[in-house]
Amino acid sequence: MFQPYTLTHVYYMLGGLCWTIGLAFVALIGGSIAGAVLALMRVGGNRIVSKCAQFYIFVLQGTPLLITLFIAYFGAAYMGIDVKPIVAIAVAFSFYAAAFLGDIWRGAIESVPKGQREGAHALGLSAFDTMRQIIVPQAVPIAIPPTVGFFVMLIKNTSLASIVGIVELTRTAQIVSNATFKPLDVYLTAAAFYFIVCFPLTMFSRHLEKRLNA
Amino acid sequence: MGYLDFSGVLSRTDLLLQGVTLTVEVSLVAMFFALCLGVTGALLSLSRLRILRFVGLAYVEAIRNTPFIVQLFMIYFGLPSLGLHLEPIPAAIIAMSIYGGAYTSEIIRGGIQSIDRGQIESAKALGMSPYQIFRYVILQPALSAVFLSVSAQFILLLLSSSVVSAISVPELTGIGNDIQGMTLRNLEIYLVIAVIYVALVAVLKGSMQALERVFFPFKFVGR
Repeated sequence: MFQPYTLTHVYYMLGGLCWTIGLAFVALIGGSIAGAVLALMRVGGNRIVSKCAQFYIFVLQGTPLLITLFIAYFGAAYMGIDVKPIVAIAVAFSFYAAAFLGDIWRGAIESVPKGQREGAHALGLSAFDTMRQIIVPQAVPIAIPPTVGFFVMLIKNTSLASIVGIVELTRTAQIVSNATFKPLDVYLTAAAFYFIVCFPLTMFSRHLEKRLNA
Repeated sequence: MGYLDFSGVLSRTDLLLQGVTLTVEVSLVAMFFALCLGVTGALLSLSRLRILRFVGLAYVEAIRNTPFIVQLFMIYFGLPSLGLHLEPIPAAIIAMSIYGGAYTSEIIRGGIQSIDRGQIESAKALGMSPYQIFRYVILQPALSAVFLSVSAQFILLLLSSSVVSAISVPELTGIGNDIQGMTLRNLEIYLVIAVIYVALVAVLKGSMQALERVFFPFKFVGR
C-alpha cells in the first residue's frame, strides 16, 4: 500500500531544494531593491518619509510571515491580478525580506562615523555622491555578515510556502512522507538538505563578522 | 477589485479571542522553556568538557540551520514512528521551546562570554559560593547585558507560533483558517489577524521593557 522510501524520492526532494533556493534568491533580489530604498528613506533626513519606512518595517516585522503569505496569496486575487501563486508568494517574500534588509542596512549606514558625512559635505560633495562614494563603500563590509545571516533565515523561511501549496523542499517532503509513511526518515532527509545549504552560509557569515571585528 | 466585508470576521470576536488566548499561552510557556534551554545550552557550549561542548554546539547549529516547520513535523509526525505520540499543543510547545532555546542559547553564551574574568575571581576572593557566583556574578549580569536580544528573539518566537497552525493547533492563525472556512472572506480575516499580531508584538515589546526594570533595576539607577 505504501511505497518503500527510495533514492527516487530523495531525487524528487532534491528538485524541491532547487525551488527552495530559487525562491530564496528571488526574495533576496527583490528584497534588496526594496530594502535599499527603505534604508535610504530611513536615513534620508526627511522625517515623514523616515516614519513611513519605519512603519512599514514595524508592520512587516510584527506580522507572522505565514500571514503575510496568506494576505499576498488572497490579496492578489482580490485585486483582480491574475498571477500564478508562486509569483504572489515570491512578491510576498520580497516584501518580507525588504523589511529586514532595510533595517539591517540602515544600521550599517548609521554605523559609519558622522565625521565621514560632514567631511564629504565640507569637500562639497553632493548628497548623492556622499552616499555613493563615501558612506556606502564603508557600510557594505559592515552589512554583509548580517545580510548573509538573513539569507539563511530566508532559505529556512521559504519552507512556509509549503503551507500555501508551493512545491518546494518541505512540500516535496510532505508528499513523499504521505506516499511512503516514513515521516521521520523523510523529514530528517529534508532537514539534512536544509542544513547542508544553510550551515556553510552560517559559518561564512560568522567568519566575515570575525574578520570585521579583528 | 472587489469590496471588503469585515462583518463575518468581526462578528466572531469570541473565536478570535480564543485564538489570541491560545497564542499567548503557547508562546509564554515556550518562552519560559526556551530560556531554560537557552541557559543550559549556553553552559554546555562553554563547558570545559569537550563532549558537553560538542552537545551544546550541535544542538544550536542543528536547530538554527533547519526550518522550524520541519522540526515541528519531525516532532509531531515523526516521533510516533518511535512510539511517542504527542497531542498537537504539547508538540507545538516542545518544538517552539527547542527552536527558541537554540537562538536564546547563542545569545546568552555571548552574554556570559562578555563577563570579565576578574569579576569571577573577585567573587571567589570574597568567599562567595559557586552557586552565588553563578547566580549573581555570571547569570544575572549576562542576562541583563543580552536582555534586548533575548526579547527580540521572544518576539520572533511569538510570531513563529503561527506556524503551529500547520499541525492543527487552534491558535490565532488556526482560528483564522477556521473562520475563513465559515465565511469564505479570506483576505479580510488575514488582514484582521495581521493587525492582532502587530498589536500582540507591541504589547510584548512594552512588557519586556517593563520587565527589564523589574529584573534588572540596577541598570536604571541614577537615570
